[in-house]
Amino acid sequence: MTAVLMDYDEVLERFEPVLGLEVHVELSTATKMFCGCANVFGAPPNTHVCPTCLGLPGSLPVLNRAAVESVMRIGLALNCSIAAWCQFARKNYFYPDMPKNFQISQYDEPIAVHGSVEVQLADGSTCTVDIERAHMEEDTGKSLHVGGSTGRIHGASHSLLDYNRAGVPLIEIVTKPIVGAGARAPALARAYVTALRDLLRALDVSDVRMDQGSLRCDANVSLMPRGSSTFGTRTETKNVNSLRSVERAVRHEMGRQAAVLASGGEVVQETRHFDEATGTTSPGRRKETSEDYRYFPEPDLVPIAPSAEWVQRLRATLPELPWQRRARVRVEWSLSDLELRDLVNAGALDLIAATVDAGAPAEQARSWWVSYLSQQANSRGVELADLPITPEQVARVIALVDAGGLTNNLARQVVDGILAGEGEPDEVVAARGLAVVSDDAELTAAVEQALAAHPDVAEKIRGGKVAAAGAIVGAVMKATSGQANAQRVRELVLARCAP
Amino acid sequence: MTTELTRLSAADLAGRIHARDTTAVEVTQAHLDRIAAVDRAVHAFLYVDADAALAAAAAVDNRLRCGDPPASPLAGVPLALKDVFATVDMPTTCGSRILQGWRPPYDATVTRRLREAGVVILGKTNMDEFAMGSSTENSAYGPTRNPWDLDRVPGGSGGGSAAAVAAFQVPLAIGTDTGGSIRQPSAVTGTVGVKPTYGGVSRYGLVAFSSSLDQGGPVARTVLDAALLHEVIGGYDALDSTSIDAPVPPVAQAARAGAAGDLAGVRVGVVSQFRGEGYQPGVLRAFDVAVSRLRELGAHVIEVSCRSFDHALPAYYLISPSECSSNLARFDGMRYGLRVGDDSSRSAEEVMSLTREAGFGPEVKRRIMLGTYALSAGYYDAYYGQAQRVRTLIIRDFAAAFERVDVLVSPTAPTTAFRLGERVGDPLAMYLSDLCTIPVNLAGNAALSVPAGLSDDDGLPVGLQVMAPALADDRAYRVAAAYEVARNAADGPLAHRVPDLTEDRLPPPSIAEVVGR
Amino acid sequence: MPTISRDEVAHLARLARLAVTEEELDLFASQLEMILTSVARVSEVAAVDIPPTSHAVGLTNVFRADAPHPGLTQQQALSGAYATEDGRFRVPRILDES
Repeated sequence: MTAVLMDYDEVLERFEPVLGLEVHVELSTATKMFCGCANVFGAPPNTHVCPTCLGLPGSLPVLNRAAVESVMRIGLALNCSIAAWCQFARKNYFYPDMPKNFQISQYDEPIAVHGSVEVQLADGSTCTVDIERAHMEEDTGKSLHVGGSTGRIHGASHSLLDYNRAGVPLIEIVTKPIVGAGARAPALARAYVTALRDLLRALDVSDVRMDQGSLRCDANVSLMPRGSSTFGTRTETKNVNSLRSVERAVRHEMGRQAAVLASGGEVVQETRHFDEATGTTSPGRRKETSEDYRYFPEPDLVPIAPSAEWVQRLRATLPELPWQRRARVRVEWSLSDLELRDLVNAGALDLIAATVDAGAPAEQARSWWVSYLSQQANSRGVELADLPITPEQVARVIALVDAGGLTNNLARQVVDGILAGEGEPDEVVAARGLAVVSDDAELTAAVEQALAAHPDVAEKIRGGKVAAAGAIVGAVMKATSGQANAQRVRELVLARCAP
Repeated sequence: MTTELTRLSAADLAGRIHARDTTAVEVTQAHLDRIAAVDRAVHAFLYVDADAALAAAAAVDNRLRCGDPPASPLAGVPLALKDVFATVDMPTTCGSRILQGWRPPYDATVTRRLREAGVVILGKTNMDEFAMGSSTENSAYGPTRNPWDLDRVPGGSGGGSAAAVAAFQVPLAIGTDTGGSIRQPSAVTGTVGVKPTYGGVSRYGLVAFSSSLDQGGPVARTVLDAALLHEVIGGYDALDSTSIDAPVPPVAQAARAGAAGDLAGVRVGVVSQFRGEGYQPGVLRAFDVAVSRLRELGAHVIEVSCRSFDHALPAYYLISPSECSSNLARFDGMRYGLRVGDDSSRSAEEVMSLTREAGFGPEVKRRIMLGTYALSAGYYDAYYGQAQRVRTLIIRDFAAAFERVDVLVSPTAPTTAFRLGERVGDPLAMYLSDLCTIPVNLAGNAALSVPAGLSDDDGLPVGLQVMAPALADDRAYRVAAAYEVARNAADGPLAHRVPDLTEDRLPPPSIAEVVGR
Repeated sequence: MPTISRDEVAHLARLARLAVTEEELDLFASQLEMILTSVARVSEVAAVDIPPTSHAVGLTNVFRADAPHPGLTQQQALSGAYATEDGRFRVPRILDES
């Protein structure tokens, strides 16, 4: 069943999109939200479980302080107010991946409210996205569907449940309705999730791996006819597992809903699933009864009342935030808007900054990340940040070049070695024998050899044609596989051929 | 000799065991024999593990034999545990079919503390399913009988624990009290039952009925025994977020001090709301006698009005079913317990519904539905929200009352034990059993029931409820101990007047015999 | 005076995952109505300016340190299960994601 889509330009002529983005972030705390089980990804099934996260009769939750501090730091970084008093609620619904058949969450009393985040789009423009709230909840277990085609839920004969993920701390960050983005709506959605990812990474509170589900985005989309100020019926698209998918899912929903509305139909308020392969959304099962989660205050947990001192102490731990960093480096590195945008889009800004922090000059740090390392990332098909090289290692390579210990050519070979997993820069230099040869005896011998091989050139130099020395230097470099210190070679050639 | 051992208090038994006048094994065996002799009639137990109990008793004896001090003042004393606490070595059924045979992979904190204290756990006691009921008739494993009259109920939900203590099967038991489930059974079986301050005893491993109200506590035949047990199980537990991080109130000291029989300077408030229509005249007469005894002990008695208490019962019957509907959602047959209807074609959703339908009894289903209704969008404010406001009023009334008096007193229950089957078909009549006990649960403070003689109209036990402020549990113990001494002096210990049960006719064999022995 | 219909009871039973019988629908409809009628007076007694109490004991800020604590082994975790497969709980087919 392929949905009819309206042409994108026509969608925008007739409608204004309204977005609402709900991002779920799994915190990278050592333990789960309400019990001491390890919070790890990929362990054998049901090996990180206890009575509490299995929801066994009699078990009770106890709140992880680090999770609370993480959400407070996230809230502060998002310019939210931290509630002076808040509590947990139970969200009641039956589902086999939820051991208690209720989820401990926050309902009408979230810990962080009313913030904003400045987002930079791929075209360099910026936009402020208002944050409604950030609240804490617990993740569910994972189900594996057996007997259907390719593990899909439909047609499965039975399901298998693993509760290692049950109770992992989740933070839900919800935007206020985003209105007025127009044609930029899909790109803005992507840029927002990107900005959150970078922020959470800077805060060091989550692995933010969309592919592993530690960052998940639900995209609410509705359309308002141009000229109207009444929001249309929205859909909520789930299973959006990459930054690119965020943009595609929003764009697809805009086209699909516009086509439905244009044909006189009504958008159905429902949950839809994004299909990565086709770039389309499809409806989930229609519920026979409307959801009624019967929220009520969680009696097994006591309220949280963060003191002003506690909030202040956490505020002091906030690192430089991505947008603060952008503003700073733009001045410090004398970047144009365009240059800054390219660095941000390439995901290079934080890496360059970290390389600079490790002692490298900004210009060289930038050059390495945007040119040679970007090429390597492209050819490997990975994000720049996922290359197996650290900013500290890049800074060390730059330091070796500056000290004359490496040529640029040798430096690239050192980087290749690091990327190949051969170790730290100095280890690669030693193992591959890449150090620049500056030893005069060795170099003198090579120069003598080259002069002997090219007597005509030697004659020219002796005759005062200093420019001809380049040919001898080239020959020496070739003979030493580029490891000779070219400057020194040139000095030796000129000394040998002094009139 | 062994019969004599079962008549002793826990404090006396511990004294003899620790002085090595007898052994824990001998004491345990005596109680196992008593259970074998009378539990066919009483059916207080769902499970008895004689071997494990004797092994635990032997461990206590070995320790004493090596000259080590006893692990606690109750080391070596037998106890019965309400079947709502998780035990790794015994099934934990909560009186429900849905948990038949379930063996938890962990111990409740109360269970662990009992073991660490060297208390010998003989078995698990019968209860209304998931602690919902006031008669123990809602157990999936058959009712428990009141040792005072086998045709009558032992109260509930902890009828098994109260009956076991009243029938001299154990000197000590653990119950749980959500709306009166320790105090009301104690009242109608002539035993002492305490609901500690909420947060005073860890709920970790106590299968939740209504989380904001549930509280474990001791059942015994004397106030001192209850206090000693209270000190073993009480105290802060990091595994329960609602546990109070403060020392256990000095309840044993208070019980000993109270036994001196002097209540001079103690201000006692009689709650004026707890009498009138629905109260059995014999219960009120016994209560009035008890109040005059308190006066004779030197207490200054005044009448105190707590008007919000009239609304405690309806508030309770909105709050507790609401929490229960959520707490009991986990029983769905997916991870543990009963599963019904899994024919490889039905969906998980269908199997859950069939399992819950088959696994829960009528009262549990009724309360789940009531709670589901009260929490529903559209009804929440009128029912649950309002009930929580009534709760605030009750807390305020208690606070105002405790400005004027040190403790409040009332009958524990409006009537003595009623006949089996008498209220089964009438939920509202059943709910009235907890009229006097519920306000304390809603406010979270401490209360106990102490035997107040027999009702002169039916010869059955009546309880005197003593209520104290939160964390002042010791006040209730002091008053109850003073009253107990005075009443015993005048009339002899009530518990010892329970009929001999060994010759009694035997009801049909119980499930306990099938699964437990 | 609250009234509760048979249909409403059926809806509650669906929400609560109870496959109630026809007889139970009738019984529960009348009993729930009776109970609700008797508890309905709570809606009259407390004014809206009275704050609700959800926790009787006024504790706040109860936390644990973010330190791992040993839990159950896989075998213990699965010990109560009706059916297992490959270290997981085996359950009937699940209809759909939430």
